[in-house]
This record gives sequence, C-alpha cells and structure tokens, in this order.
Amino acid sequence: MHASIRRVYWWLIAPAVLLMLVFYIYPLFQVLWISVTDPVPGFGNYRELIERPLIHRIWLTTLRICVLTTAITVVAGYAVAYAMAQVGERQRTWMMFCVLLTFWLSVLIRAFAWVMLLRTEGLVNTGLQELGLISEPLRLVRNEFGVVVGMVHFMLPLAVLPIYSNMTGIDARLVSAARGLGASPIGAFLNVYLPLSKPGLISATILVFVFSLGFFITPALLGGGKVVMISEYIQVSFEETLRWGQATMLASTLLFSVLLSLALVARFVDLKKVFGAR
Amino acid sequence: MTGRSHSLALRGLSKYYGSLAAVDDVSLDIPSGSFLTLLGPSGSGKTTILMSIAGFVEPSAGQILLDDADITTLPPDKRNFGMVFQGYALFPHMTVADNIWFPLKVRGVSKANAADKVRGALDLVQLGHLAERYPAQLSGGQQQRVALARALVFEPALLLLDEPLSALDKKLRADLQWELKSLHHRLGTTFIYVTHDQEEALSMSDEIVILRDGKIEQQGVPGALYEKPATRFVADFLGKSNFLTGKVAATEPGRFGYSVGDLTLMQEGAPVHRRVDGTVLVSLRPEKIVLAADRPDTVNAVPGTISAFNYYGSTYHFQVSTEHLGELVATTPAWTCAVEPSIGSAIWLGWQPDASVVVNDR
Repeated sequence: MHASIRRVYWWLIAPAVLLMLVFYIYPLFQVLWISVTDPVPGFGNYRELIERPLIHRIWLTTLRICVLTTAITVVAGYAVAYAMAQVGERQRTWMMFCVLLTFWLSVLIRAFAWVMLLRTEGLVNTGLQELGLISEPLRLVRNEFGVVVGMVHFMLPLAVLPIYSNMTGIDARLVSAARGLGASPIGAFLNVYLPLSKPGLISATILVFVFSLGFFITPALLGGGKVVMISEYIQVSFEETLRWGQATMLASTLLFSVLLSLALVARFVDLKKVFGAR
Repeated sequence: MTGRSHSLALRGLSKYYGSLAAVDDVSLDIPSGSFLTLLGPSGSGKTTILMSIAGFVEPSAGQILLDDADITTLPPDKRNFGMVFQGYALFPHMTVADNIWFPLKVRGVSKANAADKVRGALDLVQLGHLAERYPAQLSGGQQQRVALARALVFEPALLLLDEPLSALDKKLRADLQWELKSLHHRLGTTFIYVTHDQEEALSMSDEIVILRDGKIEQQGVPGALYEKPATRFVADFLGKSNFLTGKVAATEPGRFGYSVGDLTLMQEGAPVHRRVDGTVLVSLRPEKIVLAADRPDTVNAVPGTISAFNYYGSTYHFQVSTEHLGELVATTPAWTCAVEPSIGSAIWLGWQPDASVVVNDR
C-alpha cells in the first residue's frame, strides 16, 4: 500500500484513538494510581485481597456465578446456533430476529421483568402452584439462581452470534463425508462438526465470561442485595462507604483477572484466529 | 487391499422435488468389478442418482439392491461405500494420516492397529511422505489422492466418485485419469463415477450411462456410444458432431440415399427414425471427414470454402461453408493435413456411407 494512503487511514482513526486516550486510557491509569495511593501510598489495598474474608467471599461468589453463567450460556447458545445453521432461510431470519430482540430491550427492563416473573407472587410460582406441582412458593430471586437466570438471558446473544458465525463457515459436506465414511450421526458430530466449531465456542466462552465478570445491573437487581458480585461491591465502596482505594483496587483486580483469563486461553488457542484477525 | 467386489442394481429409481422429477424411473445393473460412469449435463440427475446410492438422498420410488439385498432405506454409514466428494471434503482439522484413519476409527479400529492400513492406502496413492501434513498444505492433486485413499482404506463394497477431477487443471486431470483407471484395475472394486466431462467418461469407463432430464438416454461401452449414438443429444454431448437432414430417396439393401437440396448422399444402414416429412437426421463426426484439395474418391463428397480454422498442434479444426449442407466442422491431423489452411480457399469434403450414423432427432 502506498505510504500516503496509509497516512490517510491513520487520520481516519485518529479521533477514535484520541477519544480512547483521553476518556479511557487516562482514567484507567488514574484508577490504577488511586489503588496504590489512597488512603496511603503502598499496596495496602491489595493486601485486603488476601486478608479480608468478605472480599474472598465476594470473589468466590463472582467466580461461581460467572463459571455457571458461562457454561449454561455457551451450551444453550451452541444449541440455538446449531439449530439456526441447519434450518431454512425463512426460519433462520425469524430465529435471528428473536435472538436479537432481547438485545434491543434495556437491561433494566429485562432484569425487572425477571423479578416480576420469579418473585414469590410471580407468574412462575403462581403457575406452578395452580398446577399443583408445588405447595409452597419457590425462592427464585434474591439468590444466585435468579442472578444466573437473568445473566444467562442477557448473555445468550453474545454466545449465539460468534458460534453461529463460525458455523456458517463449516462446509456441510464434511458431515456428509463423515457419514459416508461410516460415522454415525453422533460420531460425525463429535469427530467433525464439534472440532470445527471450536473457534466459535472459544470466542463465545471468552466473551461471555469476560462480560459476566464485570456485570452489574442484572446481579444487583436479581440478587436483591443478597448476592453481591464484585462490581456491585465496587459501586458500594465508591458511593456509599467512600473507600476509593478499595474500590479502585477491586476494579484493577477485575481488569487483571480479565487479562489473566485471556492469557490462560491464549496458551491453548490462537486468539488472533478466534477473533478473526488472521 | 482388494475386497470382494459387489454388484449394484437400481430398480425404477425416482426422486421428485415437488412435481419436478430429478430422477425419473431409472433402472440400471452395475456388474461387480466394473467402472461405470454416469454422464450428463447439470440437472440430468446424475448426482442425485449417486447420492441415492450413497444414502444421502432418499428416493421417492424404486429400489437399490446391493448383491440382491435391498439397501434403499439403509443410512449412509451402514452401507460401507467409499465416496470421493466433489471438492474432496477432507477434514481440515485432521492430518492426512488422520483423515485416512477416520473411516477405520469410526469402525472402532485404534490408531495403532490402523497404522499398517493407513500406510498401505497412502502408498497406494504415492503420498507416504505427506502423512503428517494438513489438507490446506496440499495441492489440489494431492488432496484428490488423499480423498481416494480415505475412501479406499476400509475396503468398501463400492467406490462412488462425484466429479472428483473437476477442480483440477487439464494436465493433472489427464494424469489422474490414468491413475484412477490403473487403481480400478488393481483393486477390482466396483467404481461408480459421475461426471459431465465426456473425455473422462470415454477414457476410463467400462460402461457409460448418458442421462438427460433424469432419464437414461443411452448406455453402453464407450466405443459403441461414440460410434453409434442413438440420438442427436448423445451425438452432440459425447464428442462433436455435424448434423445433416435429408429426405430419404432410394433404399438399397444395407444402405439408402437421402437428398439435401439437389445433392444426394449415401448412408449405410436403414432409414430409421424417419420423421413425418420423410426426412432423416444423420450425425457425421468431424474427424471422419476427409479433407482434399480436389474431389476425393469417397462415395459422398461436397465442395466448400474454409471460413475459419484453428490450429491445436496435433490437429487442425476447420469450419467449412458448403452450398448444400451449410457450415460443417472437420478435423484432421495437422501433420498430414492435405489442404492449405487459409481462409477462403476452396476445398472438398468427403466421407464414406459408414462414416456417419442415422440418429433420432431428440
């Protein structure tokens, strides 16, 4: 490519780069800075990570919910994406519409809708009681169950889209070839289709897990103060207990754990390939 | 790795897509150990027939018999047929060796136990040195050979080939035609081959089935099909042909005359396929026309002028305008060409009554 043309491209992305530097990178460094200077300089805030059982508990809750959410979302997303890749053009358009529909609704509305559905007098509990399947209402919100339900619902499109996009690139004849060579339908799936859809699975897993780690609104509403995840605790530290040092420390650890999980995945797969840079 | 060879029969096979018949009442006997080619243009139903045999397409009617056992409803993985797909369909995430191991793996053979067979199959297609490569690292011809090895390693009852050479360049295609034929000869497995390439069909097959609109148009050994096409379609599809239309004039035992304008030509055989207006259609192959500067001593001869010619190294192709027969195409070996190849020069075209053949105009 000619050098002068390349320079034009740099100018085109310059505003975005500038915006990122001023409003993203700079505050990020500030967060890192506060975490080692407030209230006193040093790594005192980080020592809390090791020493305070409350923070241990919050982190464990966060990880448990994230792992559970990611596992359920990716499996369910895989099933939806697989169905989308197999059906005809018309059904596919409708399925895609339904998947994206939840994207267009505000996360707040969705979380409240789940609260309405799952609360003690909600549709699910009254329905089950009417059917005589339960005598006492089940506790479906203000616990980890409710949080996971809401989060899976939110994350599902994030899993479906990369998996589906990967699946459209799989040559359908390969499965036929496997069948023709003697593989049962399940054998053809496990030996051929599943390995070929692995890049989509991995990028969906990363995407959902990273999103889940820092998730705020849904766990805050559906957890109802009973299930506290790390980002809710950060918010509390910032605005209620006004412990900025602790808040920025937690925010930084959140960032590091995202980077750490990416680094862990990168040991096993080529991330550039997964995210389409190669 | 020669398994027992099997025969296959199709009985009234049909496949409808809505009201459209992709395959229309096809019956066929494929003898054990033969190399049979299904030849036809796109949409003739040849691939649908192959996919029905493989088990990927469920026939709307009819039966498929393997050695008299009905396999019509058997799923593809239970048929034990080898198949080479168009575009090869190699598994991109497996090495060459693992691709070839695959059919054995799904039959419960461990990698260690399969090693000898995999090696044997690789040697069969002369690719032993590429076992650890991935398909994307191979050339088209090498991928083709891997697909063949994979389809043969489990000693299938039949080998099905769906346009296996269509993605290759001309020279490689010619080389692989030799290889396929010698492979067939060595293994003795029944090969069923689908192509739209008449040259491939002629060069390799024991028998060719020409399909048109889902029906069998004509079948036979390559030589018989080429020399005695039954219809205009076959004469045109298998090789090139000039078509002459004339009114039957005088019939003698074993031959007859037909007139085109005030010209009378002689044709061997009987004036069959006569149309309502008393005319017949005669197919004349370009290479059976004698080109001469003066009137040749053939029974049939017409004068004409060269309107175009192409030089192919080994042959000349001429387009010749004639007063009575319109444009005719004639080919001749270049090194014995008896006429001056220049546009506008006057030449003679001649042929014997047995050089051409009467065909059905359909």
